Amino acid sequence: MISLYLILIFILFALAFTSSSLAKARNQSQALWFWLTLIFPIAILFIAIKDTKEEEIPINSFNTSTALRTLITREIRRFLRIWIQTLVPPAVTISLYFVIFGSLIGPRIGTMDGFDYIQYMIPGLIMLSVITNSYNNVVSSFYGVKFQKSIEELLISPMPNWSILLGFVIGGVVRGIIIGIIVYFVSLFFYPSFEVVNPGLTILVLFLTTILFSLMGFINAIFADSFDDISIVPTFILTPLIYLGGVFYSINILPDFWRNISMVNPMLYVVSTFREGMLGVSDVSIPFALGMIFSFIGILTGLCLYLLNKGVGIRQ
Amino acid sequence: MTNSLDISDLKKTYPGGTEALKGVSLSVKEGDFYALLGPNGAGKSSIIGIIGSLVTKSSGSVKIFGVDIDTNFTQAKSMLGVVSQEINFSQFEKVIDIVVNQAGYYGISKSKAIPKVENILKRLSLWDKRNDQARTLSGGYKRRLMIAKALIHEPRLLILDEPTAGVDIELRKEMWAFLKEINEKGTTIILTTHYLEEAEQLCRNIGIIDRGDIVANTNMKDLLGTLNVQGFVLDLEKPLHEIPKIEGFPLKLEDPLTLIVAVNKDRSINSLFIELSNLNIKVKSMRNESNRLEELFIEMVSAND
Repeated sequence: MISLYLILIFILFALAFTSSSLAKARNQSQALWFWLTLIFPIAILFIAIKDTKEEEIPINSFNTSTALRTLITREIRRFLRIWIQTLVPPAVTISLYFVIFGSLIGPRIGTMDGFDYIQYMIPGLIMLSVITNSYNNVVSSFYGVKFQKSIEELLISPMPNWSILLGFVIGGVVRGIIIGIIVYFVSLFFYPSFEVVNPGLTILVLFLTTILFSLMGFINAIFADSFDDISIVPTFILTPLIYLGGVFYSINILPDFWRNISMVNPMLYVVSTFREGMLGVSDVSIPFALGMIFSFIGILTGLCLYLLNKGVGIRQ
Repeated sequence: MTNSLDISDLKKTYPGGTEALKGVSLSVKEGDFYALLGPNGAGKSSIIGIIGSLVTKSSGSVKIFGVDIDTNFTQAKSMLGVVSQEINFSQFEKVIDIVVNQAGYYGISKSKAIPKVENILKRLSLWDKRNDQARTLSGGYKRRLMIAKALIHEPRLLILDEPTAGVDIELRKEMWAFLKEINEKGTTIILTTHYLEEAEQLCRNIGIIDRGDIVANTNMKDLLGTLNVQGFVLDLEKPLHEIPKIEGFPLKLEDPLTLIVAVNKDRSINSLFIELSNLNIKVKSMRNESNRLEELFIEMVSAND
């Protein structure tokens, strides 16, 4: 358990230093962004530890990290076992996007923010795949265990709620990151000279995005009562927001009215920050976007734990 | 001796307003084999659901070996195994993976779990099917898998919610023998069942619940001792066409060759046979009309109406 906490602390400080160095590059307060980045994850940790503090007094034979590892392994095995349904489709779909919008139509479009259109599209398409896959992984897996009643295996066990949440979220994060890597390599096939400008920021945003959308998928699954309920949000809310969030275009080409409307689309901040990492251009302020992502992760984690503790959707 | 389970003033009202438990208090001693009986909707599954964290309680407390499930969740749950009424494992996973994962959720690493899994699967005749997908198992094997899952972490308290529902007689008897064996080794067992014969055969103590209230909580022998009247079925040698009248023994003719008699506890059955001989009625064989516990159960539940 101690090694797990040390790793978490290391990740937290790494994130905080990344955020402050970004702020420095933009002539903003380093200290402000350093602490802001640190506060939200600490708040999440505080909620998690508070949830288990009194539970772990006499652990006896129970080992939380073994239980958590079991759940994570099961989650990863689940999507790897059905790799034809989980890992191959994004590669195929994204290849088609590159062929049609990149190679066939792209040259007619010209440049976007000074980049070849296919090059501009790459970060957006990676984010599109990462978001949908991390979301879908958690929503389908958690609703699946609810539907099959195998959630009872977890509820009856001594596993604290935070570890159940963490297990499913890590499953979504791992799938999202694998998909991100696959799509990146597919894009290199179509645009071999692609270079990542800021690998640190790119990895950070990739990681945060998978956490954020895994949490969203978890909440969707908690409230879902049927298979329809787990496809409504991705189909009617998530996908339109991603498509209109700057995956295929810069919002600078939009008229003022639509640009202002786009600014309230949360996907814009995720996609733009990722594009900043990969290409060095963005439609939004990066520290602000990172702050928003951290805030949402903090709020959604708190909400997930609250719902689990209350037993919403999982206990009668 | 500590109690393996202490339930105090447990209440549960479901969101629709149904009051499933109206303040149930119950204690089960360590090493006991306890039956919890009640008609459908009496509140049995709500109690088990609350103990297993599948149902949230409205108020009251639950302690497992003196450990409160609210304040010391992890420790309390480590001592508990629950076999739910409905199948609750992933149908697409292999039998062995399901049991190994279940051990993992209780903090047992895979390397430590494997010998235990082999042991329990062999004991429940599931070892040959360890690599089969759970959905391909028959109903009986699925039940065995449920029990294997619940026992893999060697709980001190095992709760079974109608474990033999829909199971054929052979497997039911096999399960009874298995449960008796683990009870003798020290595991406290609480059982809910619709088969009253099952409770009578296996359990030492019994609680009867009706409409969210405990109407009886006693020793099985004492409870059966309170039975005043017992019914007997007499198979006759020759057919009868009208019901004979014998004072003190109400008789009923089910068919010309079958006579049913209710014998009061304070009457001797010998006097019945003397009277029957006097009437020249010869009895070929005799058996209990129905399960004794069943009569008592109906009596108690009707008294609560």
